[in-house]
Amino acid sequence: MSIKEADRVLPVTSGESDSRREKRSVVRPSRAKQYEPIVIGTLSVVIALTAWQLVANARIMPVLFLPGPNDVAQAFVKLFQTGDIWLDIGTSGAELGIGYGMAIVIGLVTGLLMGWYTRFQYALDPFVNFFYSTPRIVLIPLFIIWFGIDMPSKIAVIFLGALFPIIINTMAGVRNTEAALLRVARSFGASDALIFRRVVLPGSVPFILTGFRLGIGHALTGVVVAELIAARHGVGQLIAIAGQTFQTPKMLAGVILIAGTGMLLTTILQRIENRFQAWRPQIR
Amino acid sequence: MPDRSAKLSANGVGIEYWLHRSKALFTAVKGVDLTVRPGEFLAIVGPSGCGKTTFLNAVDGLIPIAEGSLTLDGRDITKPGPDRAMVFQQPGLLPWRTVLGNVIFGVEAQGTMSKDEAITRAKQQIELVGLKGFEDAYPLELSGGMQQRVNLARALLTDPEMLLLDEPFAALDAQTREMMQLELLKIWSQTRKTALFITHDIKEAIYLADRVIVFTRRPGRVKNELEINLSRPRDLRVKRDPQFLTYEDEIWESIQEELAVPAERLIAGMPAA
Repeated sequence: MSIKEADRVLPVTSGESDSRREKRSVVRPSRAKQYEPIVIGTLSVVIALTAWQLVANARIMPVLFLPGPNDVAQAFVKLFQTGDIWLDIGTSGAELGIGYGMAIVIGLVTGLLMGWYTRFQYALDPFVNFFYSTPRIVLIPLFIIWFGIDMPSKIAVIFLGALFPIIINTMAGVRNTEAALLRVARSFGASDALIFRRVVLPGSVPFILTGFRLGIGHALTGVVVAELIAARHGVGQLIAIAGQTFQTPKMLAGVILIAGTGMLLTTILQRIENRFQAWRPQIR
Repeated sequence: MPDRSAKLSANGVGIEYWLHRSKALFTAVKGVDLTVRPGEFLAIVGPSGCGKTTFLNAVDGLIPIAEGSLTLDGRDITKPGPDRAMVFQQPGLLPWRTVLGNVIFGVEAQGTMSKDEAITRAKQQIELVGLKGFEDAYPLELSGGMQQRVNLARALLTDPEMLLLDEPFAALDAQTREMMQLELLKIWSQTRKTALFITHDIKEAIYLADRVIVFTRRPGRVKNELEINLSRPRDLRVKRDPQFLTYEDEIWESIQEELAVPAERLIAGMPAA
């Protein structure tokens, strides 16, 4: 529904006989409307790719400067034909999985504790603020000294990158528990443990998942940048080498691989978020 | 000396708040003396900000009293307990739980009932407050009046000895409020629980209560009290009864003296004078 149509949607009356509040509109929506997001989205991508292809085909610039989508697609296929790519994907994937996984577990626990225990928050706030406002990329040289150029240094960067958005959002979720709900729970004599499990935690879920989602972006940045600087294998390393050896289509194929991963993970988390939001009335 | 026959007994109750921004101690109520008899429906009215809600929170045990004594069945009130249940002004429902899930939340928090029993009894309670068929609806799908029914059912399910109601209908539109008053009386007449009802609505207080207590302006204390001798069951027509209007005049005059604005500067024809 567009903003313009908003005024054609009738306000819902507070009639107590309605079992559910439903979205209403004065005109019967056409069947095609429900596919609009997909159709328009696909069309705009197709148009953009076509335009890119046409400009590339004109060959104003050599392939090195401006490869067309077909060149990138060819490079992409070639990557998977040789099979070397699986080592890179495996390496980056493992780094991402371990680093991000650790960030989720430790970030969630730390965030919940900081939200729930004010004094714990006072103690950790300086560190969280320090690391969150420092681009963690600058620590890569230190991690390479500590852990070498293999996976552990990458894992450290990814972990630190994803950790702080998760901590900060989780903490905000706990802190944002509605005072009225806490009062109700206390009035019924709820124990702290019950308040935490039944009121605070479920209320924080949207915040926590947002933290996870932001964490993915930071984690992916960490993978690529850490591998650009020094690595033996990995998709970031592939991008770096392809760039340095003027294989622009291959480089872009690597970029698409990273972007695709990010979009996929974000979509999965978005789905999970929606599952937890069944109680929200649809306002779309 | 606490009155032995009383359900709730307040003697010289004072409640103070520390205001963080003003860095000052604030006295909400001071020297409150009142009793609630077993099975009685008592309403407290007073000008806004007179500390009546604060007093109710102390009865619930959510906040401590600074001086005096506050006893339920002769025992000091120090913390919330299963012998009291509050119906809040804001429904305070868990948005991610259905009506059924919210109704059982009170007993779940108290840990006094098995889950199966809670669900069975909750369904009866939901029917009693007129929400049959809405067990699986989420709070955000309900109107304000229906949310307050859930709020009421949650309190009733804990089967308290005393029901505390903090302006539960204040946020509802006029018609819904009248319907809810009628239904509250119906439910109350079936359970006959001792009830302490806070409101700023004089008609509401008279219509519901056996006795109405007027609070002074802050720091609040009991200014006067009035037995309401209107026969029960009461339907909404009782609000036009001459006796009802006499009570209303009396309470209104009493409150008027407490308002910061002098009476002669009030616009003529404000509440039913």
